[in-house]
Amino acid sequence: MVFKHDVTIVGAGLAGLRAALEIAGSADVALISKVYPTRSHSGAAQGGIAAALGNEEPDSWEWHMYDTIKGGDYLTDQEVAEILARDAPRAVYELEHLGVPFNRTPEGKIAQRAFGGHTRNFGEAAVKRACYASDRTGRVIMDSLYFEVGRKGIKTYAEFQVLDLILRDGRVAGLVVHELATGEIHFIHSRVVLFATGGFGKVYKTTSNAFANTGDGVYLALRAGIPLEDMECVQFHPTGIYGLGVLLSEAARGEGGVLRNSNGERFMERYAPTIKDLASRDIVSRAIYTEIREGRGIGGKDYVHLDLTHLGEKRLAERLSDISSFVQIYLGLDPAKDLIPINPTCHYMMGGIPVNVNGQVLSATHEPVPGLYAAGECSCISLHGANRLGCNSLLDLVVFGRRAGEKMLEDLKNLPWTEPPGHPERPTEERIRQLKERKAGEKTGKLRSSLQQIMTRDFAVFRHEETMALGLSEIRAIRNACAEIALDNHGMAFNTDLTDALELESLLGLAEIIAVSAMARTESRGAHSREDYPERDDENWLKHTLAQRTEDGPPRIFYKPVSITRFQPKPRAY
Amino acid sequence: MKMRFKIFRFDPEVDKEPRYQSYVVSAEPRERILDCLNRIKWEQDGSLSYRMSCGHGVCGSDGMRINGTCGLACQKLVKEYAGTETEVVLEPLPHFKVMKDLIVDMESFLGGVGFFQPYLISRAPAPEKERPQSPAEQKKIEEVIRCILCACCTGACPVMDENPAYVGPAALVWAYRYIFDSRDEEFMERLKRADFKNGVWSCVNYFECTRVCPKKIPVTKSINLIKREIKKVFGEGSQAE
Repeated sequence: MVFKHDVTIVGAGLAGLRAALEIAGSADVALISKVYPTRSHSGAAQGGIAAALGNEEPDSWEWHMYDTIKGGDYLTDQEVAEILARDAPRAVYELEHLGVPFNRTPEGKIAQRAFGGHTRNFGEAAVKRACYASDRTGRVIMDSLYFEVGRKGIKTYAEFQVLDLILRDGRVAGLVVHELATGEIHFIHSRVVLFATGGFGKVYKTTSNAFANTGDGVYLALRAGIPLEDMECVQFHPTGIYGLGVLLSEAARGEGGVLRNSNGERFMERYAPTIKDLASRDIVSRAIYTEIREGRGIGGKDYVHLDLTHLGEKRLAERLSDISSFVQIYLGLDPAKDLIPINPTCHYMMGGIPVNVNGQVLSATHEPVPGLYAAGECSCISLHGANRLGCNSLLDLVVFGRRAGEKMLEDLKNLPWTEPPGHPERPTEERIRQLKERKAGEKTGKLRSSLQQIMTRDFAVFRHEETMALGLSEIRAIRNACAEIALDNHGMAFNTDLTDALELESLLGLAEIIAVSAMARTESRGAHSREDYPERDDENWLKHTLAQRTEDGPPRIFYKPVSITRFQPKPRAY
Repeated sequence: MKMRFKIFRFDPEVDKEPRYQSYVVSAEPRERILDCLNRIKWEQDGSLSYRMSCGHGVCGSDGMRINGTCGLACQKLVKEYAGTETEVVLEPLPHFKVMKDLIVDMESFLGGVGFFQPYLISRAPAPEKERPQSPAEQKKIEEVIRCILCACCTGACPVMDENPAYVGPAALVWAYRYIFDSRDEEFMERLKRADFKNGVWSCVNYFECTRVCPKKIPVTKSINLIKREIKKVFGEGSQAE
């Protein structure tokens, strides 16, 4: 079938929902979601959303801006951080007005707590800046926005997987989508497309990400010739449940939790003397692995302990109840009494589709692509630099989701309908037909598992030229094997065997870009830590990586400058 | 250890009737039932369909019936079912139309939630900053905001067996969510909306919803608090219990 909408938003997490709300009532907007609505991964965000409200103690947007830039290890474009920090209070009050049930101070204001890298007076001490609803902040914001979208009558295509972005002469014509319930392929003719498809933590074995986080929008942009930005910058959150990767929010340390090694030592005192366990995530994750490498992992193994035993049952119940339940369910432990085994887990992609501050996707010549927008984790607005600060992602989604919505609405006045080439869905149908016809071959699950192991082995917290080169060659071998995938399921309805195979193509394409971008950056900055180049090198590397597909060779790597407005780079210590 | 499963299968394209299929997989005691499902699907039989996403009880995708009890496959561990020689039976949520295998149609479920207008209604112009709300007022809704719309409660409710027109416990959790939010201005209208036979008055306190809720929401108690409020405000309400 062919559907027609002025604006089609792909992804119903916070960025997509917030953008849709901005357009509702003014233009015909539709939301497409691969997962059932309210299952999007924004809902897994736990600890909070940052804004210098000053409800608990003095705070200022300048301090928030500075912390964001320092957190990003100066790869952040500074005017973007300024927009975010200045707009944050408005954005949080807007969410409150929409009914988000934040925890409260005794005076009835939105409660705030400490978080990693949030500081008073440019790094002097920790500050309470994270606004929160227990440890399910993302979920309650998403529910509030989702039902608001329903209230406004916005058309939602639930369980539709996007499989192709159709451009004609460099302009957006629409999308090819796969209706999971029926297996049908449709074309959605649109003047404007917004990708809000989230991250792709599923390229790694151990991740806090959902199964759905396969970076579909980012991959389609890459395939359409858009270069991807800063893809080497992958965040590993320090506290994933050991072995599972399930996230235990930084709020656990914001509320007073500490990390301990096999000697029971609070080792972060040595790595970050000022704010200790609340240093930025890249620093804490490296510290954990350093402890493990030096033999101070628990019982000689590859994990350390998160100690929440001194917080008391009341505080755990009121402010950390979800993570307490995860510890109880998956480990059989009581966080009020037991130490919790943790190690770092792949959490967030700082890189993605390059956009400007209004969500317009930028081509290889840094010009906006007419009709194409991106927001949220799938985009790289150069806000999070080389390492995102905790609580800035939810804020990013609502601040820049809204701005993208505003800009799309404004641009609609001048954007004509672009007629698609004849039968735009044919190549996708052909691809699926080939997959279904192959009688014997590789299994998706096996190839995906190999990819995830390689990425975790060679492109995680510490990286080195030699191991990365090996990893890259293995990724390319899997990509060749991927052409031989055979499915067990040849049916139409909810063929998740097919969905998985199509997603693997995204994961492989993006893994290669992470790999080549990481190999090219011969310095250590933020989450990108090279053992063979352990120092930050501002003279040569204060620039953003761009990696673009070429016809038949390896990806082309080029660079663009970082924008520095207020804060000159200086050594980073916490 | 070896885990044996008997899984409900139905493909609308080929099956006239549902059937059950048996599988055996290796699993560790600490692994999730969802890990077993994934192993079956990825290694043995890609034709099996079910929903999943976050894998740790936040997104609400993988609600199903496990050995007769509704729950999330990502929250139930292998060790809870180990040691028995019998197969672990996985079935779709009861009271829902099956679309394929373990995947059910959620439209009417979400429609029921939507009936209660699950959004803040306030006509007063928003203040410049936040609307004030005391910690005590916020605490009234602290438990119900844990709802992840997984539908385990509605699947488990015995009333739904006999009265499919009942809106079900999850929808009433969302009614409660806004009735007792001190910032909402539609308190009376919201109470009236819940006050009908297939609304709060269908609940007769089986407590199955409370027992199965993966987020430990006191669902039955919340429904009873709505009933009590209706009686307090309107006398007996439209229906006696």
